[in-house]
Amino acid sequence: MMEEKINTRIWQEEAEPDNAFAAASCHCHGYDVYGELLKNASWIEYLFLLFSGEAPTPQQAKLLEGLAIALANPGPRHPAVHAAMCGGVGGSTSASCLTAALAVGAGASGGSREVFFAMEQWLINKFDLSCWQAELAELPETRPEDIWPAAGHQAGFDPHGVNCTKPVQQTLAHLSEVGESAHLQWLQLNRAALEASTGLPLAMTGVAAAALCDLGLTPAQGEMLHLLLCLPGAAVHALEQRDGGYKQFPFFQVDIENDPGSVTQAKGEE
Amino acid sequence: MNTKDLQGPTLLEENVGVIRSRMGGFFPGERVVFRGKDLFTDLKDLDWMELYLFGITGQRYTPQQMRVLHVMWTHTSYPDARLWNNRVAALAGTARSTGVLGISAALAVSEASIYGGASQLRSSEFLVRAKKMMDDGTDLEALVRRELKEKRGIGGYGRPIIASDERIVPVMAIVREQGLENGAHLKLAFAVEDILKNGRWRWQMNFVGLTAAICADLGMSSREYYLVAMPVFLAGMPPGYIEAADKSAGTLVPLPCRVLEYHGVERRHW
Repeated sequence: MMEEKINTRIWQEEAEPDNAFAAASCHCHGYDVYGELLKNASWIEYLFLLFSGEAPTPQQAKLLEGLAIALANPGPRHPAVHAAMCGGVGGSTSASCLTAALAVGAGASGGSREVFFAMEQWLINKFDLSCWQAELAELPETRPEDIWPAAGHQAGFDPHGVNCTKPVQQTLAHLSEVGESAHLQWLQLNRAALEASTGLPLAMTGVAAAALCDLGLTPAQGEMLHLLLCLPGAAVHALEQRDGGYKQFPFFQVDIENDPGSVTQAKGEE
Repeated sequence: MNTKDLQGPTLLEENVGVIRSRMGGFFPGERVVFRGKDLFTDLKDLDWMELYLFGITGQRYTPQQMRVLHVMWTHTSYPDARLWNNRVAALAGTARSTGVLGISAALAVSEASIYGGASQLRSSEFLVRAKKMMDDGTDLEALVRRELKEKRGIGGYGRPIIASDERIVPVMAIVREQGLENGAHLKLAFAVEDILKNGRWRWQMNFVGLTAAICADLGMSSREYYLVAMPVFLAGMPPGYIEAADKSAGTLVPLPCRVLEYHGVERRHW
């Protein structure tokens, strides 16, 4: 029987001499993971290497580190973190809490799919303000054949926002100063014009998309990395609600607009 | 002011703390409202699949229609752990993860691009659109050619791994048995297959094309069909999980180091 192979440009292993199923050495994009990276690389540098295939420049590492901090915890009001807390409060498995955060945080409105769409726009519009303005003046085309429901707003902007929030401005300002951040710098320069075109303020997804473009990632890579980077906050808030218990967690009201009423009520009325 | 006119934080404020729903809710210790019906009285005789369908479409289906819909769910649940989605459930078993985590992840993976969820939606959207265009006098062959040119494929036709689809004949036998073979979308789906099979494409209709057509003939929208079709692989997943969990941990298709075929850069120092 011919042994089937897994083809990879990322990972190379040599087996232990006494066990074909245990690796004695692992090389990631050519670098010895346990012999060198473990001692010499930071987590952020290794993360960049995994996605891009090359070691980051100091500026790229700083940019990714800043983005990772900005995205790590959107806070318990964010739908993805809220979803993780719904897992935590009921004592669901840790993996299900993160799965919940991923499923919700993946969305085309406020989530990683929005980042994907925004990165696609960068590929099309590049640094041409008139192209951006023309595109942002219209709502994105709805695609009924797409599994992602329409977001109903331009990717990278806050559909319910009034003005660009201070954390978004702070993140944009900091990341655009790191260097090797042409997309972020252009966004910083043209934010007001873009916001005027959409009628909406820039959102963190828009900053993330520009930063991920500056890191040289494709929209698919950017979406995947964004999913990963948003998980830490979901994890800790799920744990916190697990410890706090359901009595301290909102259950909310439901207003059923077509309630037929109880059977006993109906009988009483007859 | 009409709530539809609200926007920004005002729109959000209007929705704080309450879910307004026409889909339902429960009155603890008393009753449950499900799409305007009492679950324990009005809907007490529905089997699980009927309730699932009612939840998605708000419709009830005849016994003949239900028989065909059940076949749609049963005839593509293959207990073969090699299949990519099923393999996720089985790997969860061999890794001693929980059954629900494994199977829910396998379901999520079933929303794939070249099979499952995304192709289901694409196929239904095409057939519903094509039917409307045919009714308006569009030539089918011209439509198929245009679709192929614009989208490089038509959801519901062609198949990874093997060209023909073994599910078509047995499903159609039951469709005929139940007298549901004359639906306009079903006839259209076969007409499209004739064009694709006999042209240079050599593509045959697959299970997705067939079931998308059947569901369109039952009045389902594309998004309703997409959700109705969600469990099509489900029944094939637990067997793989159970078997892998019953065997020694880690013994489901273990991968020795030698199967990694590395095509990346040469070794280098950090």
